[in-house]
Amino acid sequence: MLDFPRWKTIGISIILLLGILFSIPSFLPTKAFESLPGFAQAKVNLGLDLAGGSHLLLEADIADLRKTQLTNMEKTVRTAMRGDSGPDDDIAIGELSNAGGGISFLVRDQAQLDEARERLFSETQGAGLTGQRDWNINVVDSQRIVLTPTSAGQAQAVANAMDTARDIIDKRVNALGTREPTIIREGNDRVVVQVPGLQDPAALKELIGKTARLEFRMVDTNADPAEAAAGRVPVGSEIVPYAEGEGSGAPFEVLRRQVMISGEQLINAQQSYDPQSGQPVVSIRFDSGGSSTFAKVTAQNVGKRFAMVLDGKVLSAPSINEPILGGSAQISGSFSVASANALAISLRSGALPVKMTVVEERTVSPELGQDSIEKGVLAGIIATVAVLTLMLVVYGRFGGYANLALVFNVFLIIAIMAAFNATLTLPGIAGFVLTVGAAVDANVLINERIREELKRGRRPFQAVELGYTEASRAIFDANVTNVIAAALMFWFGSGPIKGFAVVLTIGIVTSVFTAVTVTRMFVAHWLRTNRPTSINI
Amino acid sequence: MRLLKLVPDDTNYDFLKWRKLASFMSFFLVVVSIALVAVKGLNLGIDFVGGQSVRVEFTQEMPPIEDIREAVREIGIGEATIQQFGSDSAVSIRTALPDGDKAAAERAGQQLVAGIQKAFPTAKTGSVETVSGKVSEELLRTGAISLALAMLGISIYIWIRFEWQFGVGALGRLFHEVALTFGFFAITQLQFDLNSVAALLTIVGYSLNDTIVVYDRIRENLKKYRKMDIVPLLNLSINETLARTVMTSVSILLALGVLLVMGPDVIFGFTAAMLFGVFVGTYSSILMSTPVLVWLKVGPHSFVPRTVAGIEGGERVERKDDGAVV
Repeated sequence: MLDFPRWKTIGISIILLLGILFSIPSFLPTKAFESLPGFAQAKVNLGLDLAGGSHLLLEADIADLRKTQLTNMEKTVRTAMRGDSGPDDDIAIGELSNAGGGISFLVRDQAQLDEARERLFSETQGAGLTGQRDWNINVVDSQRIVLTPTSAGQAQAVANAMDTARDIIDKRVNALGTREPTIIREGNDRVVVQVPGLQDPAALKELIGKTARLEFRMVDTNADPAEAAAGRVPVGSEIVPYAEGEGSGAPFEVLRRQVMISGEQLINAQQSYDPQSGQPVVSIRFDSGGSSTFAKVTAQNVGKRFAMVLDGKVLSAPSINEPILGGSAQISGSFSVASANALAISLRSGALPVKMTVVEERTVSPELGQDSIEKGVLAGIIATVAVLTLMLVVYGRFGGYANLALVFNVFLIIAIMAAFNATLTLPGIAGFVLTVGAAVDANVLINERIREELKRGRRPFQAVELGYTEASRAIFDANVTNVIAAALMFWFGSGPIKGFAVVLTIGIVTSVFTAVTVTRMFVAHWLRTNRPTSINI
Repeated sequence: MRLLKLVPDDTNYDFLKWRKLASFMSFFLVVVSIALVAVKGLNLGIDFVGGQSVRVEFTQEMPPIEDIREAVREIGIGEATIQQFGSDSAVSIRTALPDGDKAAAERAGQQLVAGIQKAFPTAKTGSVETVSGKVSEELLRTGAISLALAMLGISIYIWIRFEWQFGVGALGRLFHEVALTFGFFAITQLQFDLNSVAALLTIVGYSLNDTIVVYDRIRENLKKYRKMDIVPLLNLSINETLARTVMTSVSILLALGVLLVMGPDVIFGFTAAMLFGVFVGTYSSILMSTPVLVWLKVGPHSFVPRTVAGIEGGERVERKDDGAVV
């Protein structure tokens, strides 16, 4: 123990030095931090409870996704049966329905059954690793084809939708211009959004919750308002309600089912003002395909009305006074500048493939966060000083060595957290304080053991040696149990608790290093240079 | 320089003498704690029951709690639980989730904030939290699982490192501490939320830390003094580690005490629970974790192979490895 080799001393010193160096950026004010070279820009992140901001957990409406999946398949079936090369190629079908979680339809001419199956087969794909396809195609009653989604197909549909949803939410949040948002998928059907420094999450929720499925559809002028009010509408049309606060008197419009232009054909959307009324509106531009369709339809329907439908609700239904050429339009409604801007961002980023609802929200104001940091850091410093004083009073020189190691420990924890870009939360500060308390435990164990061995009449060298070796065993076991607890917190905990577990785990590892190895280096050096005949401990 | 000794040298207290009393006390306290949880119930936070929680700070004088309650009632989203934070001019207002669809839950949170700001224009909302019923059920489940796994995992670790009797002792002690902490939450009606689970896990980890130190010494003494009876041996082990137990507990109580008094009120409950746990843990280390070993008949044979024991039977046996599981 006393032959502490030189390479070991050098190695430990380097680690301690690195610890101090890497912890420095975390103490610097933002400005000084940003002037550092890129490689040195690693610091401890502040959790939302300290920095202030919003944490949102969004859950996808899987039932809604399944419904969309079925509707899409229904469309696919229609198109596939129509054939590519004219009316001769058509397969006559009937009784097409998507009830009961699958698609079923009747092939009128039994001779075409195989051909129909063939065409559908090429529309389905393999899903997952099991070799399953995404849809099962079965023939029942010799004339009816039933398509049912397989579990692998459904799982893949959810996974794809969630990936797309995450990307779209990412685009939308980034368009808000907030700093360092975090958007990650969690579990099967969830997305976590964390935006630091945000005071009011209402706008954020408005923005990311919107599916933003935009459709332009013609108003059915043949529908009789009285009939429609009773729920009867012409074939090929449907009743679409107005969005909240829209529509002058009428609660709904009767619209053609066919979609004239949809949101996918947009190339840009921007908040602007209506030149006549000065109201905030959203200006949109179509791509070339969309522009020509829009021009054609509006030219054919001068004097009629079309409706702008967002997420299944009518926003407005203006009259077509003249053909609209040039491929741009304005979406009007009772918008505020903020809501028009939010809609523009949503439209630009594309429609969400699935409806998302906020199932958990935690927002902390930056002021409360700042207050927590100040009080937490002050309490942490005072607690540390109190413990350091106690150690010094109880163990003298050996307490001093332990204290020095403890200070190094603080730097090391910060340095490692910075290196991993870990997040410091409020419970994390508590974890820090607890670590300080627990870190001295190792030194208490060692020092008490040295006291004991001295009492038994051992000489200083031997007492110190035994103190370290005998105590190390208990220190090791004790810390393993703490790591078990911390690991479980990390796995099962969320947000702030994860932060607590991270600090605790790092603290346990570094404190064993500083409290055992580093203090031993100090003690060994002192013993070697002074050769004391008695120890005051 | 004369150094401070928290515990005098060479103590020889007969702790085991009180083992029946201590065990009875502990058993009694565990029963009381469980009864308290059953009767008074835990003040479950929205993490575990769902709902909205808003923290409101009053920059000027705080209105009476009744006024706040009335203001929330007028919003029409149900009865509120209002809790004051320490001496601060801040309260937490909690309401249950409205039944039915999730969108309604979202709106209710906004309504709560808007309603409070209307009733008390000078008030500031420090934090807003909304947890849906589904998420809160999951959080409750994972919280319970992690606590159970921690207790089990750590006990198994001790069983592997020591002997099965020690594992049982550790598990019993953990159960004792966790039950008492639950009782603490029931009697103080401090909000029980995710942070409380973290506090419980910390208590579990810390408490085991203590157990291990004592058990390690017992193992060492069992090998060292092979002829000694188990009761005096346990007493000796506790006395030998007493200085350490007290010193570490005092350090941690000191650190947590400062955090409790001066730290942010947001984590008051978290710190209070840990403080309580450490306090109970100290008592357990001294009086609680050893009687089990007497009843489960731990002896020198638990660690040293019988054959070797027969031949040597002396005062000191060379240790071959640390674990020494036979």
